[in-house]
Amino acid sequence: MKFHTITLNINGNNRVVTVRSADTLLYALRGKLGLTGSKPGCLNGDCGACTVNLDGWPMKSCLMLAVEAIGKKVTTIEGLQNAPIQQAFVENFAFQCGYCTPGFIMNCHSLIEQHPDADDEKIKEWLESNICRCTGYAEIERAVKSVLKKNRVP
Amino acid sequence: MLPFDFDYYKPETLKEAVDLFQYLDQQGNQPMFFSGGTELITLGRIDLAYTDAVIDIKDIAESKVMKVSGDHLILGSTLSLTEIEEANLFPLLTKTASEIADHTARGKITLGGNICAQIFYREAVLPFLLADSQVLIIGPEGKKVIPINEIFHEQLRLKRGEFLVQLATDSRFITAPFISIKRRQQWDTGYPLITIAALKTGQELRVAISGLCPFPFRSKEVESVLNNIEMSLEARVQGAIELVPDPILDDVEGSAEYRLFVLQNLFYDVLARLER
Ligand code: FES
Ligand code: FES
Repeated sequence: MKFHTITLNINGNNRVVTVRSADTLLYALRGKLGLTGSKPGCLNGDCGACTVNLDGWPMKSCLMLAVEAIGKKVTTIEGLQNAPIQQAFVENFAFQCGYCTPGFIMNCHSLIEQHPDADDEKIKEWLESNICRCTGYAEIERAVKSVLKKNRVP
Repeated sequence: MLPFDFDYYKPETLKEAVDLFQYLDQQGNQPMFFSGGTELITLGRIDLAYTDAVIDIKDIAESKVMKVSGDHLILGSTLSLTEIEEANLFPLLTKTASEIADHTARGKITLGGNICAQIFYREAVLPFLLADSQVLIIGPEGKKVIPINEIFHEQLRLKRGEFLVQLATDSRFITAPFISIKRRQQWDTGYPLITIAALKTGQELRVAISGLCPFPFRSKEVESVLNNIEMSLEARVQGAIELVPDPILDDVEGSAEYRLFVLQNLFYDVLARLER
């Protein structure tokens, strides 16, 4: 079948959507479901602007077909409601134009969930997946570290 | 979003996948086995890859296996590089795989997908070449288990309708001393230039290289010169350089001359680290 009417679990809700087999998850989110928070950048898996959270892990939604997301829990930036990393981005001036921000936040959020004790090396390894043309990255690193520190049991 | 349409199938058994491929092939379709799918998605977008029927093999239990069975570690071809990295059951593979693409992309790129890809690098194959691993392949003729060094020549020599299901690696090699170094053109995240992976079994050194030629390789000739301790260190490195296969990549990422210069230094690094 070239077309599929599928149910995707997005931000905790089951959403029914008709997609082509050839539609990426990014395209389905933005074009079919009105969730325009995930940004198209390179569409080639390089920039990370389209990053969402898939079953707790970061995923570049331009590298995934929408049909591959059946049965998975997808969280987009719209699904984060005052997550600590969002506040930390504001407090640490971790964005300028903001285009890369949803992708960075989804990646940072996944990192904090998966590795609450992430060290510098782990933070660097994860954040290398996203590109920002405005900031110097230091602010973004500070934002992640501020949340990791707060979450750490003394 | 891809500019062409295709049918999408997600079989749950090996037999179903193989039969489906054959059926579609006989109908005049151009079926393609699909694991992480990143290559089809990125190259298809710019018309460098095409299929009209995707057979997604990620739901097939055998292809998702990650287990130690007797003396062997079995890894399924549809495991993502991140899953392999997090489990860390084969440290040399963890290290080599952790340098492929970037962390988020490695959550989508799979072991089999990287090994069978069109790109030059395909670094995930290096540890298996060094460890004389066995590959399990399924196809119209059924299952077969073959030493990877017999079926990987520049690429995994799969016949039409076959796909890679698992790789089995003897635990002797999993615990052997190793080193894996990736040199990039610039910074930590630039495009890869050369990756070298090396393993020491007893007194013998094994090396496999990606990014030097348009294919990853392990060369017995190169190894025998590097292991010849009768020769001086310089003569061994020089001798090994002279025996690497043709052609040497010569592109914007690095000229052939520069790649050989980098390789020479990598040989010295490997010998210094593993010959102590
Ligand atoms: S738009 Fe997906 S990685 Fe750039
Ligand atoms: S804030 Fe502008 S691209 Fe990152």
